[in-house]
Amino acid sequence: MRALSAVNLLLALGLSPLLLGIINRTKAVISGRSGRPLLQVYFDLAKLLGKGAVYSRTTTWVFKAGPIVGLAAVLAALAVLPLGGVPALVAFPGDVFVLVAFLGLARFALICGALDTGSSFEGMGASREAAFSALAEPALLLALLVFVSRTGTYSLSRMYVWPGAGDWLASGPVLILVVIALFILLLSENSRIPVDDPNTHLELTMIHEVMVLDHGGPDLAFILYAAALKLWLFSALVVGAAVPTGLGSPLLDELAMLAGMGMCAVAVGLVESTMARLRLPRVPQLLTAAGAFAALALAILGR
Amino acid sequence: MQLWLDAVFVLIMLTNLSLLAASRMRLIIRAAAIQGVLLGLLPLLFSLEGSLAANLGFSAFVLGIKGLGFPWLLTRTCRRVRITPEIEPYIGYNFSVILGIVGLLVSLWLEHRLDLPVRVSGLSVSAAFMTIFSGFLLVVSRKKAVTQVIGYLAAENGIFLFGLSLAPHGPMWLELCVLLDIFVAVFVMGIAIHNIGREFDSVDIGAVDSLKD
Amino acid sequence: MLLPAIIIVPFAAGVLALLIRADGPRRALLVVAAGLHLALSLFAATHDVPPAWGGLLIFDALGRLFLCLASILFSASAVYALGYLRAEEAGPRPDFVEGTLFVNAPEARFTACLLFFLAAMSLVCTTRHLGLLWVGVEATTLASAPLIYFHRQRRSLEATWKYLMICSVGIALALFGNILLTAAVGGEAGGVQSMNVADLVRRAADIREPWFQAAFICILVGYGTKMGLAPMHTWLPDAHSEAPSIVSALLSGALLNCAFLGILRVVEVGAAAGQAAFAMDLLVLFGLLSMTLAAVFIVGQGDFKRLLAYSSVEHMGLLALGVGLGGGAVFGAMLHAVNHSLAKAGLFLLAGNILAAFHTKSAHDVRGVVRVMPVTGVFWLAGFLAITGTPPFGLFVSEFAIVRQAMLGGRYLVAGLMLASLAAIFAGFSIAVLRMAQGTPPPSFRRPPGGERLTSIVSPVVLCAATAVLGVYIPSSLTRFLVEAARATGLPLGGLP
Repeated sequence: MRALSAVNLLLALGLSPLLLGIINRTKAVISGRSGRPLLQVYFDLAKLLGKGAVYSRTTTWVFKAGPIVGLAAVLAALAVLPLGGVPALVAFPGDVFVLVAFLGLARFALICGALDTGSSFEGMGASREAAFSALAEPALLLALLVFVSRTGTYSLSRMYVWPGAGDWLASGPVLILVVIALFILLLSENSRIPVDDPNTHLELTMIHEVMVLDHGGPDLAFILYAAALKLWLFSALVVGAAVPTGLGSPLLDELAMLAGMGMCAVAVGLVESTMARLRLPRVPQLLTAAGAFAALALAILGR
Repeated sequence: MQLWLDAVFVLIMLTNLSLLAASRMRLIIRAAAIQGVLLGLLPLLFSLEGSLAANLGFSAFVLGIKGLGFPWLLTRTCRRVRITPEIEPYIGYNFSVILGIVGLLVSLWLEHRLDLPVRVSGLSVSAAFMTIFSGFLLVVSRKKAVTQVIGYLAAENGIFLFGLSLAPHGPMWLELCVLLDIFVAVFVMGIAIHNIGREFDSVDIGAVDSLKD
Repeated sequence: MLLPAIIIVPFAAGVLALLIRADGPRRALLVVAAGLHLALSLFAATHDVPPAWGGLLIFDALGRLFLCLASILFSASAVYALGYLRAEEAGPRPDFVEGTLFVNAPEARFTACLLFFLAAMSLVCTTRHLGLLWVGVEATTLASAPLIYFHRQRRSLEATWKYLMICSVGIALALFGNILLTAAVGGEAGGVQSMNVADLVRRAADIREPWFQAAFICILVGYGTKMGLAPMHTWLPDAHSEAPSIVSALLSGALLNCAFLGILRVVEVGAAAGQAAFAMDLLVLFGLLSMTLAAVFIVGQGDFKRLLAYSSVEHMGLLALGVGLGGGAVFGAMLHAVNHSLAKAGLFLLAGNILAAFHTKSAHDVRGVVRVMPVTGVFWLAGFLAITGTPPFGLFVSEFAIVRQAMLGGRYLVAGLMLASLAAIFAGFSIAVLRMAQGTPPPSFRRPPGGERLTSIVSPVVLCAATAVLGVYIPSSLTRFLVEAARATGLPLGGLP
């Protein structure tokens, strides 16, 4: 079991950039292009790591610490993330809050780095990121509380044993609500359409991209890699809720999970190809909707 | 069957939230229509006594009036008075949704507290209470006459659902008479809105307040 | 087939009225249908009528009383309408408040809605099935809403909208209450659930208390909205003041009673279930609230139609109070319903005459009614005395019966509040009415050509005279009728003859 947990962590470290590749490939196929290679993100990372970094004279150590702290926080969060019914390397009661807290720390580091440049442009991006995440975080906690209420534990690894196949048969309609809520949070937290467009460089609409404009070289690589890991983390949360575990052998579970992750990335790609970005004032409503879904599920299941 | 029923109830709760969150006439009418269609499915799922044909007919009638008739009447009214597409709430959409969730919590608590006389599905009474609550909330918190009518309809939907789950053996002719009454009510309200649009150059109920002591 | 005929005759006449093009025959049809309905109702009230439609339509003492009242008022209004509709013939006319021009709704539609309104009220009075009763009450709202918007101008439209919206939402609550009531007696087995009052009374023994109480509150608030009990009365002054006078007369004299009938049906179930005390306390509460609130708004009221409307709130409060006190007061309430309907309808018709002559609803601008319109003026004064419960009019007798019961029951606070409100209302009324009746007409006043029309006078005169007669002499047949009606509520009546 311990070994499997370690394998899971290694899988996350190794395969997470692939998720971004799958999303891009899906979008390319839908729009009829051949698109970037599946492994483009790996190439980008290698290229960036080989470069030097240029720092503006107005920045301080906060700017340099941002990407490092961010990557470290996401890695720490990954340590408590279970996958495919296999408990995480580190598991203790209350680690669900640790996960949320590390994600918050990563965001805090990034925001500080952006503010440190002194550019009004990056400040605007930071303020938007902070505003939306302030709404996304309670929704995420609400969604995770559904698991807590059903399993009676605050440990992610033991929470994510639920829902099994039997639970889906008994209360499927409500479970779908949780999955939808988590998926909306995935889109929002990973700066995907319809919340943010990862490809845009139009200043009025950017949220996440604008914060990292001044970073380059290894710093940018850290940020890119942290983003990929975060996507993996959220996909695991969604897939863990959507795909029942306990299929028989751990290998089968593992394969089902990996297939689920792939499907999740394809789903993100589909959403990005079919939807337009929302106007900024509408984003809080989307996040409220996610919170409402989670609250609805919590209210119904927690009776 | 229970799974399907639960699915419909959850969807009805979601339509309530979307009624409260809708910011455009088109969207709120669509949400009301979806709610009507869902309610039309219920008589079949509830496996009422009586012949299948009668239940099918009843279901089709409910679906026709609540899912098609009302939206058609409302859309026609909106088109005829050339209504502006914004809803114009007195309280914000996000706050409305939160109130809706609070309404749901209260409904769940109420259902928990009531000792229900007949064996009713786990969620039906909560869904009914929440629908009634959302309907009344719409009536008092939106400026336009049309949205008030939609709120009234939502409240009626909730009462219909409540009746279906608590007194499923009630006579069908009565349900039909009630539906007919409400249909005429919406029709008359539509005419009144048309006239209000003509006389006041707006269907904003806030502007209609000359009568008072 | 008599009971269905009572509903179908006005309905068919209404459909016919939509088809008739010429004004003359249509007005004749209105009067003929009203007369026929009155004849049918009186015949049915004095004979044993078999139930119809599988027991859905059944005539009991309460239904008889309220149906006869509605029918009498409708006939009186129909006669009045002859002259009224001729005076209101087509063509734009100036609105005397805003000075803008407006036209009337098509007369055929108005007549048809009047008749549909009567049909709906007949349905309410002839059924003891709570579901059908609800359908009937909602139908009265829908049929009467276009009547309020006869004068196509802003204020009447606003009143119509408020009436439609507030009453529809209120009545929706009553529907909710009906379902709760069925569930209250449903029992665990969920057996055959009928909403017939007779069935409910029979199964009242295993009624579940909290469910019944919830149901009663919902129905009381729901039908209470329609009946005009405070604080749900807000639509009432607007609708009554903006509607044409015949419609105000029917709304106040007939429709409010029908809504009250809905409440009484549930009271009957409650009495059988041993919940009479709960129901009666609530009725007393709403009754007193309505009376005090009406008193507050009547004092200093400057619009004489609104004055009458608030007086309706007061009298509906009195009805609720009478039933809530039980004993002899229930009989008093029944008598009061009769008296109030006759007097208030007469007053609204007279108000219509004054409005037509003076072109204002402001009680400050109308002066010298007695001098320029002697009959209207004198009966306006008489009606004022009647509606405020001054002897020798019938309302004194019925109000006395209610106060007496309150005193006998030792509820001095209730009696005191009631008497204080009545005194305040008398004062408020007398200021407005006496100023209107006396003095000289304003210089701008032009005497209407041809003096007072016979059709506009005969109905209110008859109605007011009837109230006066009831003050000094109640025929024994009517007494028996009212006692039966009081018994039908199922409440403890004490030492009633």
